[in-house]
Amino acid sequence: MLTTALGWFALKLTDSYVWLEKLRDLIYGLLELRDRAREEGLEVIPIREGTPLVRYGFVSMLKGGVIMDVTNEKQAAIAEDAGAVGVMVLDKLPYDVRAAGGVARTADLRVIEAVMSSITIPVSAKCRIGHAEEARLLEEIGVDLIDESEVLTPVDEKAHINKWDFKTPFVNGARSLPEALRRIYEGASMIRTKGEPGTGNVAEAVKHMKLVNRDIATLRGYYMAGDHEAIWVYAKENKVPYELALLTARLGRLPVVNFAAGGIATPADAALMMWLGADGVFVGSGIFKSGDPEARARAIVLATSFYDDPETVVEAQKMVSEKVSMVGIDVRKLRPEELMQIRGE
Amino acid sequence: MARIGVLALQGDYLEHYQVLKGLGIEARYVKTPSDLRNIDALIIPGGESTTIGKLMAIKGMVDAVREFVRSGSPVMGTCAGAIVMAKKVFDRVLGETNQPTLELMDINVIRNIFGRQKNSFVARVYIDEIGDVVVAFIRAPGIAEAWNGARITGYIEHPQIGKIGVAAKQGNLIALTFHPEITGDDKVYRYFIGLVKR
Repeated sequence: MLTTALGWFALKLTDSYVWLEKLRDLIYGLLELRDRAREEGLEVIPIREGTPLVRYGFVSMLKGGVIMDVTNEKQAAIAEDAGAVGVMVLDKLPYDVRAAGGVARTADLRVIEAVMSSITIPVSAKCRIGHAEEARLLEEIGVDLIDESEVLTPVDEKAHINKWDFKTPFVNGARSLPEALRRIYEGASMIRTKGEPGTGNVAEAVKHMKLVNRDIATLRGYYMAGDHEAIWVYAKENKVPYELALLTARLGRLPVVNFAAGGIATPADAALMMWLGADGVFVGSGIFKSGDPEARARAIVLATSFYDDPETVVEAQKMVSEKVSMVGIDVRKLRPEELMQIRGE
Repeated sequence: MARIGVLALQGDYLEHYQVLKGLGIEARYVKTPSDLRNIDALIIPGGESTTIGKLMAIKGMVDAVREFVRSGSPVMGTCAGAIVMAKKVFDRVLGETNQPTLELMDINVIRNIFGRQKNSFVARVYIDEIGDVVVAFIRAPGIAEAWNGARITGYIEHPQIGKIGVAAKQGNLIALTFHPEITGDDKVYRYFIGLVKR
């Protein structure tokens, strides 16, 4: 009964970060410590750069905010002016990636650098699933957050990038809790619940967010009932580490920050995803494939922050016109091979 | 007992709230001017300073918080919060940002002084009146100068940047360019609660 009485304050979100940092130390830390001791004697280093805690911490600062897909400096300036907490630089918006077909790769590095030197907010960029070299290039030029994304064409469907190797935080997509926990185990600092990219249709994002929530509720239920055996079985059946399943069960939420993504096109879409437990939202094609990007960007920022205040969401929704919302695509009309969400489980 | 408000427009307000609750303090989220009526002190959390500044302006929070400060109530800003409280804000690369702030403290804050996210770090720093704290600097700003009643109360000696201010005080206003809430160092909170008039 003690755990019930303490409620969810028994474990804080930052406790989970400390725990995840220990997990990483367990895997790589001992080797690193040995190397460092050899190089520098036993000197204590006063400033520790790019540690896992700093990566989880950075992502924590994005909560309650909107990250917007942009393809150039002009769009990045609109996003910053609207109050976005970050931009994601792409070569093409997901809607255009879908239309163009062919192989989608990371954006032009010169475009990313131009965006970085024109705005003050964090800049993210996408690399292909499994393409560690694209990720290294993005880290080298100083991108703040790397999205290992299914919107681009995967180069390795079986193995994602080992993200513990990087100082830069990574975000990965997930359609279910087990997929999310596998990405966290590989070193992802942030999860975005996948929708179907470039459709302007929030249906898939809703479906996957609810699936994740139900699995978390199930695990939480096992934990509150003291049924660790059931958590063990869940971990085994879903191919996730027991420790991460247990951490999720204790915390009652994903152990890292979770944004919603895929098909968000209106302020109401953003507020809906926040109600479903998202910590923030990514807006892809929804803003710059609409007829009113400036007003829509501001409105989505407002609706995301004030999602639990219907009066303000009404105000935000009135800032945009449904006549110029992105037309969108019915997900049921897409052929199975056209789905991006199934890439790299 | 002191009731501490946490500005909950954007950023890591949950982390501040959880540290306060962990210390047994009554914490409340603040989003609109009326929420300021029932609290004794306010924390402005980390996040994106441009986003927080714009959302505050939309909801009439700029005048409301300035009024709250005039009545003598303590306010503490961490990272983005420190930027939001400053009268002058520059970016290391882009120069003067002209972003909306509360213009509460006579300090000049330089955004992203240590570089981009890959240069973020954890360090131990000494802050006057608070002591040694282990805290996270995440795309952190620095405090370049303070004038009038403001004074810099802590510095870091950074291998690339050199010596730069990381904390400032002006009356009951505290600006910290780092995150005590991420490392969970509660010394800062005990100090801040001590500023509330009994």
